[in-house]
Amino acid sequence: MDIFIQQLINGLVLGSIYALVALGYTMVYGILGLINFAHGDIVMVGALVALAVAQALAASLLPVPLVLLFATLAALLVCVALGVTIERVAYRPLRRAPRLAPLITAIGISILLQYSAALIWGKQYISTPDLIKPEAFTFGGAQFTDLQAFIFLLACTLMAGLLWFIKASRIGRAMRATEQNAEVAGLMGVDTNRIISFTFFLGSAIGAIAGVMVVLYYGLGHYFMGFMLGLKAFTAAVLGGIGNVAGAMLGGLLLGVIESLAAGYIGDLTGGVLGSNYRDIFAFLVLILVLVLRPSGIMGQHTSERA
Amino acid sequence: MSNKINNLNKYRWLAYGALGALLLALPFIVDATLGRAWVRIIDVALLFIMLALGLNIVVGFAGLLDLGYIAFFAVGAYAYALFASPQFDIHWSFLVLLPLGALVTAVFGILLGAPTLRLRGDYLAIVTLGFGEIIRIFLTNLNRPLNITNGPQGITLIDPLAVGGIALNKTHILAGFTIAPVHGYYFVFLAFALASIFISLRLENSRIGRAWIAIREDEIAAGAMGINTRDMKLLAFAMGATFGGVAGGLFASFQGFISPESFTLLDSIMVLCMVVLGGMGNVGGVVLGAVLLTALPEALRYVGPLQQQWLGAVYIDPSDLRMLLFGLALVLMMLFRPAGLWPSSTRRRELSAEEDMPADEKAHAG
Repeated sequence: MDIFIQQLINGLVLGSIYALVALGYTMVYGILGLINFAHGDIVMVGALVALAVAQALAASLLPVPLVLLFATLAALLVCVALGVTIERVAYRPLRRAPRLAPLITAIGISILLQYSAALIWGKQYISTPDLIKPEAFTFGGAQFTDLQAFIFLLACTLMAGLLWFIKASRIGRAMRATEQNAEVAGLMGVDTNRIISFTFFLGSAIGAIAGVMVVLYYGLGHYFMGFMLGLKAFTAAVLGGIGNVAGAMLGGLLLGVIESLAAGYIGDLTGGVLGSNYRDIFAFLVLILVLVLRPSGIMGQHTSERA
Repeated sequence: MSNKINNLNKYRWLAYGALGALLLALPFIVDATLGRAWVRIIDVALLFIMLALGLNIVVGFAGLLDLGYIAFFAVGAYAYALFASPQFDIHWSFLVLLPLGALVTAVFGILLGAPTLRLRGDYLAIVTLGFGEIIRIFLTNLNRPLNITNGPQGITLIDPLAVGGIALNKTHILAGFTIAPVHGYYFVFLAFALASIFISLRLENSRIGRAWIAIREDEIAAGAMGINTRDMKLLAFAMGATFGGVAGGLFASFQGFISPESFTLLDSIMVLCMVVLGGMGNVGGVVLGAVLLTALPEALRYVGPLQQQWLGAVYIDPSDLRMLLFGLALVLMMLFRPAGLWPSSTRRRELSAEEDMPADEKAHAG
C-alpha cells in the first residue's frame, strides 16, 4: 500500500509535467491538424536555456527565487521566439500541402533543434547548480518533497488558468472558432494567421515552464531529453483525445500515474523477469492500445477524420 | 520502322552491357584509385539501397509513413546473428538464415501493420516510431534474466557468408584477381540490390503496385474500386519489412558485430531521408538518395581537418554537422522541392496539388 501511494504521488507530479507539454501538442493539432514533432525539442531548449542562465547566476549573490525567475523568463523568451518563428518559416508555407509534407518538415526541425543544442551545450548530461534543497514530508507512509508539491500545484494553476482563458477571453473564443472552422472564422473577422501564431506562442510558453520543471525535478538536462518527453506528452494528448485541451490535462496525469505504477509493480508482477528499465515501453503500449480501441481518446468527439 | 526499333533495342542492350561491365569492375577501380575504405562505403551504400527501397514500398508506394523502419533491419540482423554466432553456439548457413530472416521480419511487419490499419498519416507515424523504440528497448534489455540478445554489448563474432568452406571474410585469389572481403561482399550485395531494384520496378507497374498507389492517393476511392485495402496495406508492410530483414541479415554477416546502438530512431530517419530526398515512390530517385546520403557523411569527414586548418580548432563535430544538414535538408526539401530530387511523375503531381488545381477550385480554396 505504501508503494502504491508513493508511486501515485510520483505519477501525479510527473503526469502534471506531461500534461503541460501535451497542451502544446493538442492545441496545435486542434487548429492545424499537425503533429508538431518539434514541440518536445522546444521544451528541451527551454530547459537547457534555464539551466545555462541558472548556472551563470548561481555564483552571483542573487537570492534563489530571483535566479529561478530569471532562468524561467529567459527560457520563456527563447521558446516563444522559437515556436512562433518555426510556425512562420516552416509550417505556414505548407498549410495547404498534403499532410505528409509538414510532418516531415516537423521531423527536420526537431533534428535541427536537437543538434543545434548539442552544438551549443555539448552532448553530455548537464546537472543543475545546487540552488534548492527539497524538503521531504511524509504522508500516509509515502514521502513527497516541497518541490514536488510546488511543481504539481503550479502545473494545476497554469492548466486552470488556460482553461479559463480559452473559455472566457476574446482570443480564447477566436481560438475555438479557428479550431472549428478556420475559413468561417476568417469570414467572421478572426485573423486566423494571428490566432495560429498565438497558439504556438502559448504552447511554447507553457512548454518552456514545463522544461524548467523537468530540470528542477530531475536535476539534469540533455540535448536529447525532448524526444522521449515529447513522445510521452503526445501519447498523453492522444489518450485524452487530441485537440481537446482538458483531455490533454487528464491524459497527462493519467499517463504519469500509469507509468509510475507500472514501473513500480512490473518487477513483482512478472516475478523479476521484466524490470523498471522497461518503463518507457508503457507509454507506447498505452498509445497503441488507445489508438486501436478508442482512437478518439477519453474526451475526444469526432473520430471519422482522425482515426 | 521495325528496323529503327531494332536499332534502339541494340543500343539499349549495349548501354546495359556497359553498365554491367562498369558495376563489375567498380570495386577494383575504386580500390585502385580511392582506396579500400571506399569499397567498404560502396558496400554499405548497396545495403542502404535495399533498405531505402523497402521503406519506399511502405512510404512511397502505399503512402504509409513509417518512422520505425529500422526495427525490421534490427530484427533481420538479430535473426541472423543469434543463429550464426557463438551466442548460442548455433552456426546455421545463410542459405537457411536469410529466408528465415525474411519470413520473421514479414511476420513482424504484419504484427505492426495489423493494429495500425485504421490509422492514417501522422498517427501511423507515431505508432511506428513507438514500435521501433519498443524493439530497441527489448534488444537492449533482453540479457536478463535469460541472456538472449546480450544486451547493450551486442553480439560479436557473427559468421560471415560462406558456401562450402569458402568464407567471404577471407581474401581469395581468383583468375589473377585478388578478391578481398569487401570485394566479395560487394558482389553479393550488388546482386541483392539489383534484385531489390528489379522487384521494386516490377511491383510498381503491377496490379499490386497500382493498388498501393491508389490507396496512397485516396483510400476510400481505392476501396470503392474493389481494392482490398486491408490486405494491400498489410502486404505493403510485410514486403517492406522483408527488404529490411534481408538487408539486416547481410549487414550482420558483413560487420560481424551488431548492437542495439546501430538501430536507433536516427537511423530510421536517415533511411526516410534517403527516400524523401531522392523522390518518394520513384525507384531511381530512392537509389540516388541512398547513394548520396551514404557518401555524404564520408565526404563530411574531411570537414574536421579543414576546420582545424582554417579556424584553428574543430568547432563542429562532423557527425553532428551531418545531422544538422539532414534536418535542414528535410525542411528545405519540403518547402522548395517536396517531390524530391528525382520525383516520380504521379508524386510530383500530388505534392504540387495547388499549382495544378483548376482555376475555379483555386478560387474556392484561397
